[in-house]
Amino acid sequence: MSEMTANGVGTVQRGTNAAPPKAIAGISTFLDDRVGAGNFLKRNMRKIFPDHWSFLLGEIALYSFIILLLTGTFLTFWFKPSMAHVIYDGSYEPLKGVGMSEAYASALHISFEVRGGLLMRQMHHWAALLFVAGMMVHALRVFFTGAYRKPRELNWLIGVGLLTLALLEGLTGYSLPDDLLSGAGLRITEGVAISLPLIGTYLTFFLFGGEYPGTDIISRFFTLHVLLIPGILLALITAHMILMWVQKHTQMPGKGRTNTNVVGAPFYPAFMAKAGAYFLFTFAVIAGLGTFAQINPIWLFGPYTPADISAGSQPDFYMGFLEGALRLMPAWEINFLGYTLPLSVIIPALVPMGIIMTGLALYPFLEQWVTGDRREHHVCDRPRNNPHRTAIGMSAISFYGVLWLLGANDEISAKFHISLFVTTLVGRVMIFVLPAITYAVTYSICIGLQRKDAEVIGHGVESGVIKRLPSGEYIEIHVPAAEDIADHMLDKKPVPMLPGADEAEERDGIPPKSMRGPLGKLRAKMSRAYGGEKIAIHQGHGHGEDEHAAVGGGDDQSSIGR
Amino acid sequence: MTENEHEPERIDERVPKRVIGTPSPAESTALLGTGDDGSPQGPGPLPGVKFQDEKTARKGERIAALCFVITFLAAIGFIASYVIFQVGDIDKTAVSNLALGGTLTLAFLALAIGVVVWVRMVMPKYNLVQERHEMRSDKAARSYVAETFAQGVEESGFVKRSLLRRTLLLAAAPLGLLPLVLLKDLGPLPGTVLRHTVWGKKTKAGKPRKLVVEGTGAPIRAADFNTPGGILSVVPEEYTHDLNELAKSTLILIKLRPEEIKSGTNINWTHDGIIAYSKICTHVGCPAALYEQTTHHILCPCHQSTFDASDGAKVVFGPAARPLPQLPIGVDEEGYLIAKGDFPVPPGPSFWERGDAEAEVRAKGGQA
Repeated sequence: MSEMTANGVGTVQRGTNAAPPKAIAGISTFLDDRVGAGNFLKRNMRKIFPDHWSFLLGEIALYSFIILLLTGTFLTFWFKPSMAHVIYDGSYEPLKGVGMSEAYASALHISFEVRGGLLMRQMHHWAALLFVAGMMVHALRVFFTGAYRKPRELNWLIGVGLLTLALLEGLTGYSLPDDLLSGAGLRITEGVAISLPLIGTYLTFFLFGGEYPGTDIISRFFTLHVLLIPGILLALITAHMILMWVQKHTQMPGKGRTNTNVVGAPFYPAFMAKAGAYFLFTFAVIAGLGTFAQINPIWLFGPYTPADISAGSQPDFYMGFLEGALRLMPAWEINFLGYTLPLSVIIPALVPMGIIMTGLALYPFLEQWVTGDRREHHVCDRPRNNPHRTAIGMSAISFYGVLWLLGANDEISAKFHISLFVTTLVGRVMIFVLPAITYAVTYSICIGLQRKDAEVIGHGVESGVIKRLPSGEYIEIHVPAAEDIADHMLDKKPVPMLPGADEAEERDGIPPKSMRGPLGKLRAKMSRAYGGEKIAIHQGHGHGEDEHAAVGGGDDQSSIGR
Repeated sequence: MTENEHEPERIDERVPKRVIGTPSPAESTALLGTGDDGSPQGPGPLPGVKFQDEKTARKGERIAALCFVITFLAAIGFIASYVIFQVGDIDKTAVSNLALGGTLTLAFLALAIGVVVWVRMVMPKYNLVQERHEMRSDKAARSYVAETFAQGVEESGFVKRSLLRRTLLLAAAPLGLLPLVLLKDLGPLPGTVLRHTVWGKKTKAGKPRKLVVEGTGAPIRAADFNTPGGILSVVPEEYTHDLNELAKSTLILIKLRPEEIKSGTNINWTHDGIIAYSKICTHVGCPAALYEQTTHHILCPCHQSTFDASDGAKVVFGPAARPLPQLPIGVDEEGYLIAKGDFPVPPGPSFWERGDAEAEVRAKGGQA
């Protein structure tokens, strides 16, 4: 921290006089003569990347995706996406002579007769889980720090698209081995698709090539899973990276960090090496999971038949919230004019996903509408400093969480000896109550944390040194917070508010045009609630030591009783 | 990617401006070469770059080197494991998986740690600053683009020549439909196929269709299925491996004591306390495979829709909105259980065109 440049210069280092080896210089000169790579590299080799642990979350998803491509390609060399009926004659004894689809037989072949096949299959599955999980926590980090704000709304939208596609990619991949468990997921997919009004039966007949399950779905899902969706994912991820690169990464507040600079390490060589190491770590973790943590032992489930199912069938974790929604829903079904609207399927299948994905996609724009804030933001918010946003986010997490837990209510019921029906009934209440409670609790925690910050800055921190005054009174010496901590806290700015919104209610005059009419009034009201400074930070009693009563009796009442 | 154009580097001033058409000055200023005068570029370290002290760096080098050697050995170990440990049965596969995966994990873990040590202990500590600039282009660029765009519109005649414009749009409109049209052969139209099962059809021999046990395909003699509380998963004769048919015709066969059967069940469609319900859940189609003898509850393990087997399989809990349809059954002359007709209503999950089939049956005086 101490060697920061004062004028912002410092991206070029000229401390050495070593010329690069001839081989490298030759190739790079060759390239530069032909494509002008030098201009690009000149601007970008020393591109600065800010450092914070939470910036690594998205990288987990990125590296998992690369591992998915590698392991997935390996799997396609042996996997046969065919529903043709074969009699199993492989090396797994318990299934010998059993009729099954070629897809399942080839998945067993990969598991038992290809060296490293089981490892690659398990790594592929674990990487898929880590891919989605990485995206989710990354999205939460971006949300809670407000990193989606202008100019990054487009990248945020790409991210929402990526998350949605990843769920679809997971669903299609999950169905491919064609074991009993994957078939259960497929059946539910069909049951949901056929419930859609007007188009449901047509959609399923076109998807499955006729009645369920038909003989086409595995090969169709295979094409979607290995070509179409990954192709789109790859394109969107590339766009995501390019935008991140062009717009430069956001940074956490701190000393010397402003909205007009980036502080951190250069891409070459430090960030490059760090990112490479992080890829290797992700690879190692996924390889470790694939080795030591069994996942989806398809040979235990047997081939798929629509007539059978095993108890405790569970989807992968990222589908759990949809599964929970289906379990939670009361049995509503409307019949009118000879048509059926199966609300008990349509609502859970579409509404939670719709709320979450649409909510995510619209949030940056709704926030802009409410705050009237059209400026660029490059310094992350600390979540406490925008309490309503944080409360909304936590509230959404609890909504998702209830659905997710309910997706495993049979396991909960069995493990904790609670009646199955009770778990459902509790879930039906909690889905409404818990988000509200979470909102209120999060909001007050945020305000509390803001108070704490204000106190640290205003009064300093307890130094642990007790001083006796000539009068006999004891005081504890408070010292100003450490510089880096103080800088981190002092970056706080009020949440923007529509200009004029704070006075609009009191003033008798005509409110601004944007705040007239019912919608305008709502907007002004929301802006007042959402924006503004809840707890202001004042840099307290000047500089130097600050003295506070240690045992009471002092003149600074505010420190008593703490 | 022009965001750094104002970056305060001074390379521009050092490198002579190159005129188009002149030979490349690459000889004298290689891309990664030394400065144009060949001298070391600037003395001493830059602010924001704090080099490690030599002791730390040397320690880091040694640790990183150790890690890289471990990776080398683990990679050799991986190849060795591939050759040594064969697969073929579950135990061998487990050993091979452990050996391959263990060495792979170790190789990548050690490499990762090595690189991190390299970055943290050998490379300098950086605290560099770079300026940001607003994403938007400057006014001049914007107005240039706007003017050029307008000029292009003018030059192309797209606005002025309306016949051209309109016919072009006309031409484009149906093109968007072609991919959709092409997809039509993905599947047949639903028709009424969802409303019928093979239970309503005679066998190839023209006889009533027997109920056979799922898996073995054995027909069921009513007299043999005589333990109250018993349950069987049943499929139609001749269709025991037809997955499309199983997806809607599979039955759950239950034997109850006569006094246990309630009014919701159509007694005429039972035989001696044996009742056949569709096993396909009316919620989203999972097989409702769990049966609780004491309560006569049929439970679907997917979403826990619960049906009362003694009372027409009416829904007692969960998201399913309709009872499991009951199949009319009887026995043939040899005493085997047979279907006496199709389900009165479409089995399986609800769909748009289904309508209130139960009410229609009731309106005709039947029992659904």
